[in-house]
Amino acid sequence: MENLLSIVVFTPLIAALIMAAFLRGEDKAAELNVKRLAFVASMATFAASLFILAGFDPDDTGFQFVEEHSWLPGLKYKMGVDGISVLFVLLTTFLMPVTMLACWNVTHRIKEFMIAFLVLETFMVGVFCALDLVLFYLFFEAGLIPMFLIIGIWGGKERIYASFKFFLYTLLGSILMLVAMIYLWLDAGTTDIAELLNHTVRHDDIAFWGWRIAGGVQTMLWLAFFASFAVKLPMWPVHTWLPDAHVQAPTGGSVILAAILLKMGGYGFLRFSLPMFPVASDILAPFVMWLSVVAIIYTSLVAMMQEDMKKLIAYSSVAHMGFVTIGIFAANRQGVDGAIFQMLSHGFISGALFLCVGVIYDRMKSRRIDDYGGLVVRMPAYALVFMIFTLANVGLPGTSGFVGEFLTLAGAFQKSTWIAFFAATGVVLSAAYALWLFRRVVFGDLVKEALGAIGDMERREKWVFAPLVAMVIALGVYPSLVTDIIGPSVQQLVEHVAESPGMTARLSGK
Amino acid sequence: MSAFLDIYSAAAIPEIILAVYAMAALIWGAFSKGEGADSGILWTTALILLGLGAWLAVAPPGSRSAFGGLFIDDGVSRFSKVLILVSSALVLVLSHDYFRRERQLKYEFPVLAALSVVGMMTMVSAGDLMSMYMGIELQSLSLYVLAAFNRDSARSSEAGLKYFVLGALSSGLLLYGASLAYGFAGTTSFVGIAQAIEAGGVSLGMLFALAFMAAGLAFKVSAAPFHMWTPDVYEGAPTPVTAFFATAPKVAAMVLFTRLLLEAFGDASGDWRQILVFLSVASMFIGAIAAIGQRDIKRLMAYSSIAHMGFALMGICAGTKQGVDAMLLYIAIYLTMNIGTFAFILSMRRNGAPVTDIGALNMYSRQSPLRALALLLLLFSLAGIVPLVGFFAKFYVFRAALDAGMIWLVVAGGIASVIGAFYYLRIVYFMYFGVEQEHLDSEFPKFGTLALVASAALMLVGAVNLFGVPEIASAATSAWFAE
Repeated sequence: MENLLSIVVFTPLIAALIMAAFLRGEDKAAELNVKRLAFVASMATFAASLFILAGFDPDDTGFQFVEEHSWLPGLKYKMGVDGISVLFVLLTTFLMPVTMLACWNVTHRIKEFMIAFLVLETFMVGVFCALDLVLFYLFFEAGLIPMFLIIGIWGGKERIYASFKFFLYTLLGSILMLVAMIYLWLDAGTTDIAELLNHTVRHDDIAFWGWRIAGGVQTMLWLAFFASFAVKLPMWPVHTWLPDAHVQAPTGGSVILAAILLKMGGYGFLRFSLPMFPVASDILAPFVMWLSVVAIIYTSLVAMMQEDMKKLIAYSSVAHMGFVTIGIFAANRQGVDGAIFQMLSHGFISGALFLCVGVIYDRMKSRRIDDYGGLVVRMPAYALVFMIFTLANVGLPGTSGFVGEFLTLAGAFQKSTWIAFFAATGVVLSAAYALWLFRRVVFGDLVKEALGAIGDMERREKWVFAPLVAMVIALGVYPSLVTDIIGPSVQQLVEHVAESPGMTARLSGK
Repeated sequence: MSAFLDIYSAAAIPEIILAVYAMAALIWGAFSKGEGADSGILWTTALILLGLGAWLAVAPPGSRSAFGGLFIDDGVSRFSKVLILVSSALVLVLSHDYFRRERQLKYEFPVLAALSVVGMMTMVSAGDLMSMYMGIELQSLSLYVLAAFNRDSARSSEAGLKYFVLGALSSGLLLYGASLAYGFAGTTSFVGIAQAIEAGGVSLGMLFALAFMAAGLAFKVSAAPFHMWTPDVYEGAPTPVTAFFATAPKVAAMVLFTRLLLEAFGDASGDWRQILVFLSVASMFIGAIAAIGQRDIKRLMAYSSIAHMGFALMGICAGTKQGVDAMLLYIAIYLTMNIGTFAFILSMRRNGAPVTDIGALNMYSRQSPLRALALLLLLFSLAGIVPLVGFFAKFYVFRAALDAGMIWLVVAGGIASVIGAFYYLRIVYFMYFGVEQEHLDSEFPKFGTLALVASAALMLVGAVNLFGVPEIASAATSAWFAE
């Protein structure tokens, strides 16, 4: 099984190629074949990824399932997972079949739709497995192409603007990262991430046109990586592409965007920024944290005033990602544990919330909050599911949302009381907008005539939500499911950062 | 006779064969009648070009020279000759269908193309200012005529005249620079100039020579700010000729530029680097920004080629072995992408007449999913998006430039490539997100589809190992940087 990771990464791509080459026809039977093949392929990928989990040894903090082949001159095709990345692989493979099932009703060019999703899955899983700088960049950026097409072809009214903004915005961020990656390659003489983790970039201050830059080269590289990951995550104030993209994307696209693509930014911080540039991370941690605090409070307030449900959830995503960055740059065990936990949990919750919007959008073709009200009368099962995820989004104890926010706040508290204080207000604000949304859509009297005939969830939709509900509650009740796996690797990461050259001096100097 | 060949010109046999063939073909064409002969000459020329390309591809390594150092046959020249020959052959093959439908199939086209290829081959082998100028003029004069090939069309004639006037001006600049170099170095050979600079430093006259020659060659590679002719000529010339302009001549001019700067002015790199950096940055940005407003796909490709030359120049800016390797790789990838894209453009027709408006591609993906997908891959590759091969082209020049310490050049290149991505995306937008309207003709020439799909497939599969081209380019340049 030494190439298990490659199997997991490339199964969807192979399925997409088979689909493109062999499945023909436009009739119902052909469409059903396409959907079945896509679903089976993503289930097979998920099944294969379970072998990774089964064979994964949490106490080994190095990379596991490592594969290595030579690639282009100077580069390697190297794959592997550690405690930080393994669960993201599973999150992706878990959510893909769910998303495919949720997109069963897409009728417009279904074959291309499924091909785009399968190709996207390959790239997303690849990001979390890649252990070579350029290979990572390749997977990280390549996802733009299918996502651009998904938004542009199957999106809403303003899809063209949204898809171009999404593409160019993220590309600009990533190009700077590419420059920094090449610099890092020339500096360290290798592109192997495992070796780069033990490479120290110079961090003595440099003067630049009369400005003294603390942390020198490390800071510059850190900022270049930050440009990419902050856009991807997204952090305030470079988050503006996200609401556009989310609102215009089809349901499946929104789910994948919120649940997985955003996590690449957080993963990038954990894989590159923190361990490779520890001094710069320490210098800039207050900057990131205050940006995150602004994000949490500001976007929560913005979310409250939205009239479009998807936009509201999109802004809430930005706020929740604020907790992630706070946790990561607290750079202690609780903070980083919490950040990873929050990312996984947000993957389930935000994905599910977008699916919830999708359920009623399929029926009414509207995302406006004002068009709904009193849905509980006609759709009791839907109301229950929507409530579970609303409460999870708020961070109610017993759901996974609580654990992530609690841990990140605990981590932030050790770093700065004020940051923890302000970030904690986000919890209150999230309760305000999420519950208010729920009240306006689900509760009240059913007065809208158009809603008179709306039907409750059908069997397929219940199957879509069942695994998500199970995960959200399971992780909320028994968080060790996650922390046991990520714990040793996170511990090692935190120690690595604290003991890296330059950091000991900074820590003792304080 | 054979002794003559051995001593003086063994290295130049492919050029001699091609030149003799071109003259024979001219006579053949003049004394035969009908479309059959025109077709025959076109296919024969393509075959001969391919054959010579294959011959040079397997030729034994090593460097030779002929005509007392005027003509150099080394790894770099062979590498670029293979590119020139193969791409010219492919363009000839692709042009057949277009010319036949337009009733413009004339034997002069392959003959002139073959003659300009001889010129290009001389350019990449030039070891002396004399052979350099001879190559350039042979190439340019053929191209001037080709630009005005459709003599009944006012646009084509305009393109030819414009190209000729501006080309003559640039040749004048180049020649003036060359005469200054001769005056101050006392020799016209590249090696001699290098020795003169090594001995006496870069005199003011030498600086002028350098600047004038750089300006003249920048015109030939269509680098900004000497790019003004490109969009008009690309738009006005018949599409197969545009395809030809966009491919082989770029290789020749780029390699000649590199050889002149590195072999003759290698010790003056501090002086020419600023010029090259400026050319590179200006080309990348002008190419990227000016293309945004274009709706004519040929004009758009003209600006695209300007931007691409900017990126390729970045490799020369570095001035290192890595830089030249990256530049050669860039050119090879650029050729592959352009041949595929032009295979598509050549076949764009509505109601039998060629169209070049990108609006005509509206919802092309509905009409022809396979060709739309192939073009999509090529466009993303031209934009330099991973995982397509076009990305690796940029990646390696970026790396070479960073290694030479030119971090701001690389950042500028990155930003320009993001701006440039916009107009490639716009074509994708028309093909995939547009509104339904009158379709393009569904009839599509066989070779066109083949070239389009094959080059798109190369863009995708190339991510595996780039078919070993980086290693081949690296071996080709090893002789230059042996010391």
